[in-house]
Amino acid sequence: MFRPPRGTSVRARLTAATAAVALALTGCAGAGAVSGGDGEQIVVAIVSNPQMQDAISLQDEFRAAHPGVDVRFVSLPENEARAKITASVATGGGEFDVVMISNYETPMWAENGWIENLQPYIEATDGYDAEDFVPSVREALSHDGDMYSVPFYGESSFLAYRTDLFEQAGLEMPANPTWDEVRELAAELNAPEEDFSGICLRGLAGWGEVMAPMTTAINTFGGGWFDEDWNATLDSPESREAIETYIDTLQTSGQPGAATSGFGDCLTRFAQGQSAMWYDATSMVSSVEDPASSTVAGKVGYAPAPVAETESAGWLYSWSLAIPSTSEHKDAAWDFVSWMTDKEYIKLVGNQIGWERVPPGSRLSTYELPEYAEVSEAYAEATLDSMNGATQQGAMTHEVPYPGIQFVGIPEFQDLGTRVGQQMSAAIAGQISVDEAIAQSQRYAETVAETYQAEEGQ
Amino acid sequence: MSVATPVATSRTSDARRETKRRVSGGFLTTLTWLLAIGFFFPVAWMAMTAFKQENQAASDPPTWFFTPTLDQFRAVLEGGTMVYVGNSVIATGISTVLVLLLGVPAAYALSIRPVQKVSDVLFFFISTKMLPVVAVIVPIYVIAGQLKVLDNIWTLVVLYTAMNLPIAVWMMRSFFIEVPGEVLEAASIDGAGLMRTMRSVLLPMVAPGIAATALICVIFAWNEFFFALNLTASQAATVPVLIVSTMTSEGLFLARLSAAALLASLPVILAGWIAQKQLVRGLSMGAIK
Amino acid sequence: MSTSTIDRLEGSRRAARSEASSRPISRAEAWRRRGPLLPALIFTVIVTQLPFLLTIWYSLHSRNLLRPESDLFVGLGNYLDIARDSTFRQTALNSVVITLGCVLVAMVLGIVLALLLDRPFLGRGVARTMLITPFLVMPVATSVLWSIALLNPTYGLFNWALGLFGIEAVDWTSTYPVIAILMALVWQWTPFMMLLVLAGLQAQPKDVLEAASVDGAGTWLTFRLITLPHLRRYIELGVLLGIIYVVNTFDQIYLMTAGGPGTASANLPFYIYQRAFLGFDVGQAAAMGVVVVIATIIVASAALRLIFRSFEVKE
Repeated sequence: MFRPPRGTSVRARLTAATAAVALALTGCAGAGAVSGGDGEQIVVAIVSNPQMQDAISLQDEFRAAHPGVDVRFVSLPENEARAKITASVATGGGEFDVVMISNYETPMWAENGWIENLQPYIEATDGYDAEDFVPSVREALSHDGDMYSVPFYGESSFLAYRTDLFEQAGLEMPANPTWDEVRELAAELNAPEEDFSGICLRGLAGWGEVMAPMTTAINTFGGGWFDEDWNATLDSPESREAIETYIDTLQTSGQPGAATSGFGDCLTRFAQGQSAMWYDATSMVSSVEDPASSTVAGKVGYAPAPVAETESAGWLYSWSLAIPSTSEHKDAAWDFVSWMTDKEYIKLVGNQIGWERVPPGSRLSTYELPEYAEVSEAYAEATLDSMNGATQQGAMTHEVPYPGIQFVGIPEFQDLGTRVGQQMSAAIAGQISVDEAIAQSQRYAETVAETYQAEEGQ
Repeated sequence: MSVATPVATSRTSDARRETKRRVSGGFLTTLTWLLAIGFFFPVAWMAMTAFKQENQAASDPPTWFFTPTLDQFRAVLEGGTMVYVGNSVIATGISTVLVLLLGVPAAYALSIRPVQKVSDVLFFFISTKMLPVVAVIVPIYVIAGQLKVLDNIWTLVVLYTAMNLPIAVWMMRSFFIEVPGEVLEAASIDGAGLMRTMRSVLLPMVAPGIAATALICVIFAWNEFFFALNLTASQAATVPVLIVSTMTSEGLFLARLSAAALLASLPVILAGWIAQKQLVRGLSMGAIK
Repeated sequence: MSTSTIDRLEGSRRAARSEASSRPISRAEAWRRRGPLLPALIFTVIVTQLPFLLTIWYSLHSRNLLRPESDLFVGLGNYLDIARDSTFRQTALNSVVITLGCVLVAMVLGIVLALLLDRPFLGRGVARTMLITPFLVMPVATSVLWSIALLNPTYGLFNWALGLFGIEAVDWTSTYPVIAILMALVWQWTPFMMLLVLAGLQAQPKDVLEAASVDGAGTWLTFRLITLPHLRRYIELGVLLGIIYVVNTFDQIYLMTAGGPGTASANLPFYIYQRAFLGFDVGQAAAMGVVVVIATIIVASAALRLIFRSFEVKE
């Protein structure tokens, strides 16, 4: 069957098509004009957290100081950024001259020769005081005594709680709370019928999500991922107790949607006044204490990370800048890296954007600035203490054969941590039992351990 | 095709049916509107959120009344937004043009003056759409790295062309097959060359179908995220990448994200709204008769 | 395989079209006919098959991008691992559930909406415009819109609305992750199905319908006996295109549930992505890709055969 075509408006449609082509061509010319520019161009890949976005908004200051360097940013959320940066650096893709990585990648990538040794650059730069970096962070970003990336900010973990609500309820936060105490406090303050939870804890699958706080609990209970001889120990009695405590606390007094909430979800919840406590990264303060995004600013106290058998339990994490070996503009890249991690940058942020937005936890001198001390009164000390306490010696009961506190510093860990995180997340959601989750996780860990035990045996 | 046998009707039942029809018509119209509003609502909510401050965007209960602010749009537009838009326009526009340039002759060769083994060729085209993109992204990344075309907009142009070409060939072929052989034979008896036959006889007939195909290609190319995320950095990044980079794992971002998403979706939404009649007509023109 | 089915279908069409194709064609003529096809064919072969060959090559190696020293030829070792991987099976099942669920529900809704839009009423154009919009919005944006603005257990609009009816907040993305993803997918794909069906309805010869109505056939009877058979091919095209696109869904799963909780809502593309970009286990990821391609081609040829059978019945 055939219907005659409707010929009348054909011309109109063809005109539209021509217009589209013309649009494409003009767009082409436009973009060509934009990408011009003199001097060296460097491409910087960073994670799009608020502090990093501040750095992007201050790029004109860098341009003024280094007119010969044209800097372009690629900013993506953590997971995308990590996948992209790792793929690029590992395959020598060479798109980036500066990459933002962490203390997880730095030692491994330095070992592989994927990133530049920054020590010579540090020493050749006047006034760039590397001794000023927080010692635990500096240590974590070094390989054979040389720094291979420099910290933009550093964080540990601590427990935020609503001082006003604690007062109302006649409760007191212990100076150094234990997981048992936290569990009881959370149960006491929990009020699900008012959509209010006693505590907010991460439950989202991911080695950088649920597994970060949970691993600190496992550590402080005396358990761990692997023992000194690379035996997987996720099903040891200590690890089991920690996992059960974490999941039980979350299930009985935690937030709804626990299994899919990460840092951002807990932040929203806590900042909207719907949770009494929140155990998470110290970097939370920049949002929690910002009245523009938080309804609880000024009503929050900070206690050290919950412990069991150890003195401290906080994690150590740092977003830092490194230069891939494939970069063809290493000097220009260092100009940018040193600008963004210098003492002066801290003051620049403080003066131009606001002192509460200063990237914390990278430099000791930050904490001596009077303006910063004023805005950070509630949390500066708690942050610095947590950072200093965040060492394997402080947070674990026994020695381990890998670097890292809340992660295991081996290449397989991203995958392993995520798979185990998926099991834990499923247990939190109640889809499988905690026992099943532990048994499956232990099997995953054993597979990874085999490689390392074989290497040890050689 | 047989039609149901006639049923005897009387005048009274006719009148009754008329009233019934009017009542049920009103009911159906109301239902249509409810569904339309329901489907549209999330988009409207997104548009509303774009004019809020961050803490209003994530409030419980939801904020319905507020003083609209352009802050989020300002934040999205500041900096190099135009580079992303330019890249998206290039990748979408040129890849769609290429799809048509390659696809129209191919569809012709699969319908009007068919090659041998048409079905094998068609099956090959459609089978390339079954290859999960994630499975080839690592090889593509490695090849692009070696050819030094990472972060290059032409890489996306080529990939988007390959991505849309199979569907375009399928769609256009089904339109071409509608063209009656006699018309073309008449033209070729007249001694018109292949190109002239195509231009003057064939294309005008199938133009609505081609327009519909082009619109589908534009939608998919403009919205494509995965290749753009993995193969671009700063020079060639497209609008979906811009959207994702307004997301952050720390801090609130819903209002800003909504503003970015609204701006990013607007060109395709407008194109779709304007061209919807052509789209329906194009699809109905032959689709698969 | 299905090619023979399509051949038959093609045969009938070509026969109807002209005699030219039924008589043997000369070599020169064959090449002349192939001419217009070749650019598209060669382009597609190069751009899609070259990376796929490399994928097959990778799949025979044990290679982790993060351990530069590791690159061993392991033959079919990666495939054996997949056969033992229960997560792979589960994500395969999820793929099927998500794809079929989305396509079927979207199609039913699409038919309903198309029928509703096919009758004249005030503001029909506006209603249609509103209804097609979800298909036009960027999937990246809609995923976040759904998971955060609508389904979030704390401030999501959906739960607030449920709360108005006294229903307790449901934590969609962790309690019913697959349903949450299906909601977003169905919302996005219903307009596409609706457009196709609407196209079919508008191509329906009105005289037959009028005849039926004069004959006094009820609405339902007319629909079942006339409209539905007429729509059949449009529905089949919608199902086919829907399956091809939905089976590769990535954005929604990635941004809404990240495959979780656990791997409850991960589909194959997402699982492969995790192997490739979290584990950087290139060999495993490649092998999974190859398995998926083979499986899809088998399923698709069966589906194509099923779909194209209707042509033979018709003609």
